[in-house]
Amino acid sequence: MREQELPSVSTATNPDGDARPLTSAVEASSVLRRAPQYPPDKPEGFSVVGKAGPKLDSFTRVTGQDRFADDIFLPNMLFGKMLRSTQAHARILRIDTSKALALPGVVAIVTGADIPVRYGILPSSPDEMVMALDTVRYVGDPIACVVADDELTAEEALALVQVEYEPLPAVMSIDEALRTDLPQLHPNPRRTNNIHKEVHLEFGDVEAGFASADRIFEDEYFFEGTTHAPIEQHAVMAQYGADQKLTLWAATQTPHYLHRIAAAVLGMPASQIRVIAPPVGGGFGGKTEPFAHELAAAFLARKTGRPVKITLTRQEVFYAHRGRHPVRFKLKTGVKADGTITAIHLQSWLDGGAYGSYGVATTYYTGALTTVTYKVPAYKFDGCRVFTNKPPCGPKRGHGTTQPRFALENQLDKIADALGLDAAEYRKRIAVDPNSTTVNGLRVTSCGLRECIDAATERTRYKEKRGKLARGRGIGLAASSYLCGAGLPIYWNAMPQSGAIVKVDRGGGVTVLSGTSECGQGSTSMLAAIIAETLGVDPSDVSVCYGDTDLTPVDLGSYSSRVTFMAGNAARDAASKARHLIAQSAAERFGVGPDRVGFAGRRVFDLGNRERSMTFIEAAQLAEARWGTIACVGSYTPPKLAAEYKGSGVGPSPAYSYSAAVAEVAVDLETGEITVEKITLAHDVGRCINATNVEGQIEGGVYMGLGEALMEEWPFRAGEHKIPNLLDYKTPTSLDTPPIEAIIVETDDKEGPFGAKEAGQGPLNPVIPAIANAVADAIRARIHSTPITPEKVLKAMDAASGTTLRLKKVTTPSKPSPVPV
Amino acid sequence: MTVAPEKILLRLHVNGSAVQCAAHPNKTLLEVLREDLNLTGTKHGCEMGHCGACTVLVDDEPVLSCLALAIEAQEHEIRTVEGLADGPKLHPVQQAFAECGAAQCGYCTPGFLMTAAALVERPGVPTNAVIRDAISGNLCRCTGYEKIIEAIALAARRMEEAATHA
Ligand code: FES
Ligand code: FES
Repeated sequence: MREQELPSVSTATNPDGDARPLTSAVEASSVLRRAPQYPPDKPEGFSVVGKAGPKLDSFTRVTGQDRFADDIFLPNMLFGKMLRSTQAHARILRIDTSKALALPGVVAIVTGADIPVRYGILPSSPDEMVMALDTVRYVGDPIACVVADDELTAEEALALVQVEYEPLPAVMSIDEALRTDLPQLHPNPRRTNNIHKEVHLEFGDVEAGFASADRIFEDEYFFEGTTHAPIEQHAVMAQYGADQKLTLWAATQTPHYLHRIAAAVLGMPASQIRVIAPPVGGGFGGKTEPFAHELAAAFLARKTGRPVKITLTRQEVFYAHRGRHPVRFKLKTGVKADGTITAIHLQSWLDGGAYGSYGVATTYYTGALTTVTYKVPAYKFDGCRVFTNKPPCGPKRGHGTTQPRFALENQLDKIADALGLDAAEYRKRIAVDPNSTTVNGLRVTSCGLRECIDAATERTRYKEKRGKLARGRGIGLAASSYLCGAGLPIYWNAMPQSGAIVKVDRGGGVTVLSGTSECGQGSTSMLAAIIAETLGVDPSDVSVCYGDTDLTPVDLGSYSSRVTFMAGNAARDAASKARHLIAQSAAERFGVGPDRVGFAGRRVFDLGNRERSMTFIEAAQLAEARWGTIACVGSYTPPKLAAEYKGSGVGPSPAYSYSAAVAEVAVDLETGEITVEKITLAHDVGRCINATNVEGQIEGGVYMGLGEALMEEWPFRAGEHKIPNLLDYKTPTSLDTPPIEAIIVETDDKEGPFGAKEAGQGPLNPVIPAIANAVADAIRARIHSTPITPEKVLKAMDAASGTTLRLKKVTTPSKPSPVPV
Repeated sequence: MTVAPEKILLRLHVNGSAVQCAAHPNKTLLEVLREDLNLTGTKHGCEMGHCGACTVLVDDEPVLSCLALAIEAQEHEIRTVEGLADGPKLHPVQQAFAECGAAQCGYCTPGFLMTAAALVERPGVPTNAVIRDAISGNLCRCTGYEKIIEAIALAARRMEEAATHA
């Protein structure tokens, strides 16, 4: 234990509420599964939860010992490279691979015709293929895959593949996608344009809401597309053994989905495929679905019988994309004179890129969480996602909720100003209440939004500063909410969203098997902390085996901010069962009831007489002698939360996290340059399991939001991504990133593991509008699109002052020139 | 047989050891370290000199190994993340990165550690501004740099203290 003293601990109760003796571990598991109840949480008694400290895997990370996907080398391996389209939109007339195949060192080449199977991460839009069959839909769309003895040869071979294209008109914007005179990317006889998905939802009496409003505000916004840019380029190693089993080591946040889709695409039983997710070098949503290179490597490993590695170049990472959708918004809000919202009508148009990805969900998400932050009694939402000839957009940290947050919080400041309200007090007044239900049927439980607003504004003395700083200096506030995992799985099933196996070794070590993927968010340490807390051992006694479809029970993956809540609860379920078995046998030895057995400091003891105790090792051995091998299973299925309407599946979550951000900026009024001086962010994480890690998640979210607010862009010219590299695609460096202050707010969520909620995504959402609001405070003008660049600052100032000329008037010295002597 | 040029014998000094390997002469130092010497601690995020993930020390100076040819590094002392620790004792920057939570996914970390090691091994304790400047060529997408700066400052302070005690 880091802390040697014995804290007061919770007691073990029989989950069925009676003292009926359990006869075997198997029976214990099945009995317990019916009614998982936990010992009451006593925050003051936690010995592991809530403590700051290094993550479990920190030490192997800092020594370079961990093997990421691209660090795996196997004997006799081949290197794969993908040939990608040079055309934004074209029919493929002919592919000639003969010259490439003849190159010495080339082992095999495959094209779309070799794997003509459609798939998609969402069962509702299976519109992708590993390689194009007859049409390419963006510059970068995969066409062929070469494997060779070395990388250089594979690259050389790509240049020898001849592709004959018949160019088609490219659809490069939302406006173009809505036109009816351009070709459809995906033929759809029910439409004449390139709309992928339309959503129309209405809740409450919207018409009456607007009719009863004293003021109506209508604005348009644009949120620019951005990408995740994890520092690790996507990579996969595929091996097909003599036993006809396929193993994939992939840099993926979702090993289970890769497992499922690899089985479908390769036509192999899932039982013959093993997907392993090694540590992932950053994901942010960009590695949450099966990618063409992963499936191509698998196919070629099977075809050649040799291991195949494919690592994307950075340029290819920009093509693989699945980044933040560019979204245009129309936002109409009706308010009473005191600011109370009477109705909102939100319209969104999403530029989806060439394929579906998670886009149907993203479309819903641009509207679904509008009601979870502030009280909205009547709400109408129209969403529309279109296909364009660009890399496919998908989920990025904040998935679909980040974009509307920019619009909503921007307009909210405008409303506060127009009505003469204090922007912070106003937000607090209209904040949703804990334990309430939104007009679109979402259940809100714990909610620390008001506390977050207070914490962030008090820390920064926001109220004293807003509107009162010198021109060129500004302070801005914004708030938001986010999911702790989607309430429904992406493919319909009645199984748990997460499972865990906890095994207690007779040497005192505890192993947990969990299907999660560790992408830096700290899931490994979170699982260890939860299990250590439950069993009274140290986190270092817990070994976490994750992301291996042969070994670990399914967890749907590290996305949707679901891991702490769902995998954490599953692990806690399993550990509680192990605890129960150990408590029973220890109780017999102590001659007391099992409810009198406590666990802490690697000891198991009688709570009534702490002298009567044994080491955890002794207790584990006693339990193993009594029950047989101590290995317990746990799982987590969210409560049924979806309301009864089409589309109600997107938005429900077992809990929502809340955040408030305050940004302080300085704007150079001559050049428009923005310097963010500090960002303070308060986040309601339910209960903080590890402060170092929660702070890290908050700081990372703030940083990523900063980049989107100020610099990240997704520009295209002549059908091509203009800047697919890390130099031109600007992300904040250490010099662009201001000091960040993270404030952790706890609300103890009743359903979260030890009260915990998420911290991975929520903190990003308020950052962008907070910066926008701070800039507006500094320049007395509003900018309605991201990123907020110096050019837009100057234009907004010009528009506000009615001038159009920014350059200073050219003048000459007032004194006459001296006469030459 | 492949299109790659004939391999040549490279003689390198890596982490205090003289090592030899046969490699294609057009390979970067990054590729030789990772693929031929099995030192996969050094990472890559772009292989174009943009991200800093591949930073190693060449004669104690941070160098982007994706832009350096291995053949040119032959006469120099190369240090990688695998050579930072003194046996089982972590280098102060490694210790501080682990303690402060400066490594989230840990993928950019080896590059940052090498840049940081070069900085803190110089005498004196760098200010936060100097630290920010020193690491501005290393991109991290996870941490927001906050804890990285904290860790480097902590390591520098500890090294300074150790130097004064000694
Ligand atoms: S890999 Fe060398 S700078 Fe990015
Ligand atoms: S820790 Fe993940 S990129 Fe820096």
